[in-house]
Amino acid sequence: MDPEVPVLSIVELGIVRGVEVDRASDSVTVTVTPTYSGCPAMHAIEAEIRSALQAAGFPNVLLKTVYAPAWTTDWISEPAREKLRGYGIAPPGTTATGPLVSLGRAPSRIPCPFCGSSNTTLQSEFGATACKSLHVCHACRQPFEHFKAF
Amino acid sequence: MSQPMVEYLLRLGDDRLILGHRLSEWCGHGPILEEDIATTNIALDLLGHAIMFLRLAGQLEGRGRDEDALAYWRDEQQFRNLQLCELPNGDFGFTTLRQFLFDAWSVHLLEALARSSHAELAAIAAKALKETRYHLRHSGEWVQRLGDGTEESRGRMQAALDELWPWTGELAYQDAVDVALQREGVVPDLESLRKPWEVMVRDVLTRATLSIPEGPPRMTGGRFGRHTEHLGHLLAELQIVARSHPGAKW
Repeated sequence: MDPEVPVLSIVELGIVRGVEVDRASDSVTVTVTPTYSGCPAMHAIEAEIRSALQAAGFPNVLLKTVYAPAWTTDWISEPAREKLRGYGIAPPGTTATGPLVSLGRAPSRIPCPFCGSSNTTLQSEFGATACKSLHVCHACRQPFEHFKAF
Repeated sequence: MSQPMVEYLLRLGDDRLILGHRLSEWCGHGPILEEDIATTNIALDLLGHAIMFLRLAGQLEGRGRDEDALAYWRDEQQFRNLQLCELPNGDFGFTTLRQFLFDAWSVHLLEALARSSHAELAAIAAKALKETRYHLRHSGEWVQRLGDGTEESRGRMQAALDELWPWTGELAYQDAVDVALQREGVVPDLESLRKPWEVMVRDVLTRATLSIPEGPPRMTGGRFGRHTEHLGHLLAELQIVARSHPGAKW
C-alpha cells in the first residue's frame, strides 16, 4: 500500500513494473519506477517491499529502479481511480501538455469526489504531497484533494 | 577533467542540490501557506533530481562515492554549480524570479538531454523534465503576477531582475568537458539553447511588464569551482550534521 494514499497498492499505482522469482536461490527481483523524484514515500515503499517479501519467505530481495519510461498517472487503472474517488481524492484525468506558461489558463474544474459537482476551484497546485493539488467544491462546500494528472 | 561525463553530471547534480537547498530555506517562512508548501515541494523534486545525477556520477567515477558522499564530503571548490543557484534567497520575488530563469533554462537543457546517446542520462533527464515543466509553470505564473502587480511588487521584481540578469551569463558556459561529450552526441551545444531560452524568458518578462537591464554579464566560474562567498556558508549548514556524526544513520 502507498503510505500516503492507503487505498491503493503500489501495483495499482504503477510503481511495480515487474517481479521475477528465482526459485533456485529463493530470490526475488522487483523492478520499480519512482513516481515523483522528490517523493519521500519512495523510501518507505522500498523498505516495505523488502519486509513483505522476506516475511513471505524470500530472504534475497533485489530492488531495481528504472527511470524510463517515466512514471505517469495514465498507468493507474479505472478500478483504482474509483477507489481514489471513494477515499475522497479526485482521480487524475489523462495527461496533456498545455502551454508551459499561461496566466490566463481556463480554471480547472475537477469534479468533486463527494458530490460530483464541477463547480469547483483550484486552491493550490501543491498539496500535502507532491502528487496532489488542493481544490474546493462550491456546491457542497467541501475542500478536497486531487491526484494530479502527471 | 579526466572523466568529462562525471564532471558534467556533477554540474547537473550540483545546480539542483544547491538550488534545492536554497528553496528549502523557505520551509516555514513562505509568504502564504500554499507557497510555503509549493516551494518546499519543488525543493524536494530538485533534491530528487540531484540524487539521480550525483548517484550516476559516483557510479561512473568508480571511486566508491555515492550521492551522499558527493553532497556532504566535497568542499566549496569541488562544487560545480552555477553561481546563480547559490545566491541568497532575498525576498519571495527574488527567489521566484531566480527560479523562473533557472526553470526555463532547465526545461530546454533537459529536453535536449532526454535525446542523449547516453541511455542512463537520457532516462534521468526525461524523468526530471516532467517535473521541471510544472516548476516552470509555477514560477512563470508568479513572475507575471508579481511583475504586473502592484507598484510595490513590480518595483521589487524589477530590482530582482536588475540584480539577477548578469548572473544568467553563466548558463550557457561551456568548455572542454562539453566539447568532448558533444562529439559523441551525449550533450547538446549550450549555445544552441541560449536563443530559445531567451525568447521564452523575454516573453514572460514582457508580460510581467519588466525590462531586462543592459550591461555585461558577470564573471563566471562555478563550473570550475570558483564561487561567491555565499556557497561556503550554505555548505556549512548543508554539511554540518553529516560531518559532525560521520556514518550516522537515522
